[in-house]
Amino acid sequence: MTVGKIVEILDARIVTGGDSLDFEVGAACGADLMSDVMAFVKDRVVLLTGLVNPQSIRTADLLDIRVVVFVRGKMPSEDMVAMARDNGMVLLSTKYSMFLACGRLYEAGLRAGGVREIS
Amino acid sequence: MKYRYAVPGDDFSLAGKASAEFKRVLGQLGIDPAVVKRTSVAMYEAEINMVIHAGGGVAEADITPERILITMADKGPGIPDIDLAMTEGYSTAPEWIRELGFGAGMGLPNMKRNADDLRIDSKIGEGTTVTITIRLAAAGGAA
Repeated sequence: MTVGKIVEILDARIVTGGDSLDFEVGAACGADLMSDVMAFVKDRVVLLTGLVNPQSIRTADLLDIRVVVFVRGKMPSEDMVAMARDNGMVLLSTKYSMFLACGRLYEAGLRAGGVREIS
Repeated sequence: MKYRYAVPGDDFSLAGKASAEFKRVLGQLGIDPAVVKRTSVAMYEAEINMVIHAGGGVAEADITPERILITMADKGPGIPDIDLAMTEGYSTAPEWIRELGFGAGMGLPNMKRNADDLRIDSKIGEGTTVTITIRLAAAGGAA
């Protein structure tokens, strides 16, 4: 699924990275706990989160996650946007809640969680 | 090659900066992206712990063709029971840390999962030193 399609499905605002709308992601992860993201994410995912602080950008950067969606209408600070821009990341903001945002992407065909096997 | 980063303990927004900078170094050295990711996650978790529990510290990294060695040293309160601290889900982090996206009790297990070797030396009242070893493929280690 392309970033452009995600923008459309989530009726999202593009905060930064508008030149990467063709970028493809194959999986999604919804989490507010960054340690969980680091523990379980395996593949390249789009990260959906309600956590709006520099750590969400940093966690994504360290895991090579290039697309982050802030749910519940949250907007990242200027510092975060600058950091994301430096790293070549896409930041989106959607008014949908975490549940609805994830549900809409799932329904549109983005099915993989991109996480390691959880025993 | 040796690298040294000061980890300030009074500004959570800076936590992880050293790991992000070291990740760039590893990328520039042309190290396998999967190895870079493992190294970054292990170091980032250690750095976050230093900020949450120990008021910051110093991160040092040394790269040889065989391995990456990262030493994270703090002068914090120390870890009373390391085995307990290694348990997934066990955390002593305060509530405000959870609101910042951490403190889920996954930090040490995450470090262990990503490092080829993890050593924790801790003395109550004196501090903790976490040593992370990542073997490089050139030496025939896990990559």
